[in-house]
Amino acid sequence: MDILRFATAGSVDDGKSTLIGRLLFDSKAIFEDQLEAVERTSRDRGTEYTDLSLLTDGLRAEREQGITIDVAYRYFATPRRKFIIADTPGHIQYTRNMVTGASTADLAIILIDARKGVLEQSRRHAFLTTLLRVPHLVLAVNKMDLVDYSEERFEEIREEFTAFASKLNVADLTFIPISALNGDNVVSRSENMPWYHGSSLLHHLENVHIASDRNLVDVRFPVQYVIRPQRATDHAFHDYRGYAGQVAGGVLKPGDEVVHLPSGLATRIASIDTFDGPVEEAFPPMSVTLRFEDDIDISRGDMIARPNNQPQVAQEIDAMICWMADSAKLAPRSKLMIKHTTRTARALVRDLHYRLDVNTLHRDETATSLSLNEIGRVSLRITQPLFVDDYSRNRLTGGFILVDEATNGTVGAGMIMDLR
Amino acid sequence: MLQRDYTTSQLDVLEAEAIHIMREVAAEFERPCLLFSGGKDSIVMLRIAEKAFWPAPIPFPLMHVDTGHNFDEVIEFRDRRSEELGARLIVASVQDSIDAGRVVEETGRRASRNRLQTTTLLDAIEDQEFDAVFGGARRDEEKARAKERVFSFRDDFGQWDPKNQRPELWNLYNARIRKGEHIRVFPLSNWTELDIWDYIRREGIEIPSIYFSHTRKVFERDGMLLPDSEVVKRGDDEPLFEAVVRYRTVGDMTCTGAVQSTAATVEEIIEEIAVTRITERGATRADDRASEAAMEDRKREGYF
Repeated sequence: MDILRFATAGSVDDGKSTLIGRLLFDSKAIFEDQLEAVERTSRDRGTEYTDLSLLTDGLRAEREQGITIDVAYRYFATPRRKFIIADTPGHIQYTRNMVTGASTADLAIILIDARKGVLEQSRRHAFLTTLLRVPHLVLAVNKMDLVDYSEERFEEIREEFTAFASKLNVADLTFIPISALNGDNVVSRSENMPWYHGSSLLHHLENVHIASDRNLVDVRFPVQYVIRPQRATDHAFHDYRGYAGQVAGGVLKPGDEVVHLPSGLATRIASIDTFDGPVEEAFPPMSVTLRFEDDIDISRGDMIARPNNQPQVAQEIDAMICWMADSAKLAPRSKLMIKHTTRTARALVRDLHYRLDVNTLHRDETATSLSLNEIGRVSLRITQPLFVDDYSRNRLTGGFILVDEATNGTVGAGMIMDLR
Repeated sequence: MLQRDYTTSQLDVLEAEAIHIMREVAAEFERPCLLFSGGKDSIVMLRIAEKAFWPAPIPFPLMHVDTGHNFDEVIEFRDRRSEELGARLIVASVQDSIDAGRVVEETGRRASRNRLQTTTLLDAIEDQEFDAVFGGARRDEEKARAKERVFSFRDDFGQWDPKNQRPELWNLYNARIRKGEHIRVFPLSNWTELDIWDYIRREGIEIPSIYFSHTRKVFERDGMLLPDSEVVKRGDDEPLFEAVVRYRTVGDMTCTGAVQSTAATVEEIIEEIAVTRITERGATRADDRASEAAMEDRKREGYF
């Protein structure tokens, strides 16, 4: 059994909470005491139906104001897969949260109300999903019961969205007509839509192939921590020196020739160690410890790659930035901390090329700054070389965060692009 | 040639993620510590720590906030396990906080030291100058926890501000704090109760005996079975009886209920949980029942 992480985007109006509630309920991930608490609160508030959004809206302010303000993580499992839902609010002021939820997602579900069709909000969600390179996108056309399960209406929406998606870089797009309220095509195929021959939503989530979404080609091992037992539990480990980290790309094997960055020195992998014994290969997302045949000075923040397949060593990078600070703005000359893989350095914003309108995709080249939830393309100069790939090639070696040195807050998410 | 399938099982993904988080903390903080209560989640967390730094010993101490109302079996387990690992165990005592006048013992039938623990914990973090504190909390436990970050920032008062959390993207964690502030770190955030048990089974990890079915003298209060003990105040209208029970969570005797169960092995426990319809905290924790936002309120104050 593996794990599928998916993000859901949409508002309560689109039936997102109802859909999540149904997936959780039908997979028995909602328990009686949780349901009772939700029923009790719905009654106290005078709501006529059981408001399943209360299951995910956990914070006092959210319940009081009837809104979702943060990413909520929910869990369920079927015999085939374990699922982690990053449930993100859909409104524009929460772009930050959607970007956060999408950053680790294998798949995103965008909900569309069949009566309303493709809205500005749906386009924004699709754009953010592709910006964050979520490999699989599902367009769930909801409330089909309210359009008489009309195939024609579904096809209209599919055509409209497909035309829009052609402007984006959508890897895998699936359309599913559903009624979250009635359960049509959610867990099992609906008899109300005999014209639909595809999978139910849950069947799709259970079967979509994700193992090859991770980069298994370009060996990338950011060194996270050096293991040198000072009080070795065993004399055999007296001279042990291992380099621990989580594989960010490629497949590593003992005997492989590798290169250490920044030194550029080549060596071979002597052993791939774990607590449970040495392993014959390591690939994403395994956390392992490497030992090498030669003594090289290696520290946290360094990178292991292959001599004939190396990341770029860059101090000047271009990136799309999603700005997340409540009050501070990003502008040319801004100085920030940058954390990229296991390396932390300082960054100077050299140029803001344009601000992107996330609804129309229009590029405003006259923009002089980015405010909360705005996205734009910038050039950065870094105080130390980073070992980078295009974000489109590898999300882990192409993504970074920006930290405000004054407040220590995480104020930006960056995706490296167009490496020279 | 057959294409190798690089599918990774859910436990391997969760373990790799938790190891990554632990190493990140060891690399970026000066003085981390791991909260170890002898409960199943902290036992799993301790195993992850063992794996993350092998063959080196765990590079931080363990700490237990001892209310003095814990089950003997759990305290015995806590001490033995720490010793086996050669780890330094710090015991922060709620009784000491009471004796020092830092907190006042609750009175009455429902008196519990649950809430007092927060002061003891925060005092210990300050005394020891810990800058990162590992906790075994999971997001599936409770809905305030469902929104908490893996690296959860605490101000100099130890408080959590749910509306001002740092965004967490990819596997990048922001470890920057000022002196006096600290980060609570939850490596098991994405694990469910069932994942914990599956992992205990897979790894063959020992757990305290009270998790397994046994016969115990209990009494009923608010639909929960509380143990017969001198620290649990029982009214005359709350008669004792013998029952075959086990514990799904391990906390204070005063607020942790047992469930009727004959599950005597890890396999039987997994079978039982797979069909249960009540969450573990709903079934067994009086501390969460106080109000709709009980956990959120305690977390804001600095609770685990």
